[in-house]
Amino acid sequence: MTTKNERLDIRSSDDVVRVRQLTRTMALAAGLSLVDQTKIITAASELARNTLDYGGGGFVLAELVEAVGRRGLKLTFEDHGPGIADINAALKDGFSTGKGMGFGLGGARRLSNEFSIHSKPGEGTKVVIARWK
Amino acid sequence: MDRIPILKFGNALLVTIQVDMHDRLATTLEEDLTSKIVELSAKGVLIDISALEIVDSFIGRMLDNIAAVSRILDADTVVVGMRPAVAITLVELGLSLTGVKTALNVERGMALIQARLKTSDSEDDDEE
Repeated sequence: MTTKNERLDIRSSDDVVRVRQLTRTMALAAGLSLVDQTKIITAASELARNTLDYGGGGFVLAELVEAVGRRGLKLTFEDHGPGIADINAALKDGFSTGKGMGFGLGGARRLSNEFSIHSKPGEGTKVVIARWK
Repeated sequence: MDRIPILKFGNALLVTIQVDMHDRLATTLEEDLTSKIVELSAKGVLIDISALEIVDSFIGRMLDNIAAVSRILDADTVVVGMRPAVAITLVELGLSLTGVKTALNVERGMALIQARLKTSDSEDDDEE
């Protein structure tokens, strides 16, 4: 099976819009339903903004994936910012150190079928989400 | 600089969001609307989001803020045209936009605003 990868830098709020557009294109290619497309585009928007606002910029890698006969879209957001000291706290709704409402991380997790986060203070943050058809 | 146009419609303001908004554009709209409400003594704000493919927490917060600020300035905000997939996603995201009045389409949204104007015209303070 052919897999397709796209990488996009996240350096400005225009890039957050580009991440949404890339996610839409890839979600369509993965054959996701309209509701699933909407969910993963929204999750991608939250995570791209986190990468920009808290990580000081970074990139997203979008991959069309296939496992046990199912197609899906996997997104990896990576930055080399200050990292998150308390991941459990950051995942709670209403937790925010910035200008948002604090639904970004927890919301992105709820909107995805798979979610993982790795972060080390001083080294950066990596969030991986996937949505399956 | 990009701006979302704000149209005057009677004593209401009409905004149709037709582009995928970056965060700065959303913030500018919030500020523009606030000054237009005062400048034109608008009593209602109608925001049509039928072209929006997603509403994330930033845009959700913008809608909440516009509704809250316009309420303080004696204007009603009604958000119309939300797509079903967007509504499902918003609730799962954790935003229920409790402070924002909604209607299915522009016509019903305008009716909501006009109904409120009628009751305030007749000095009837009964809120439903």
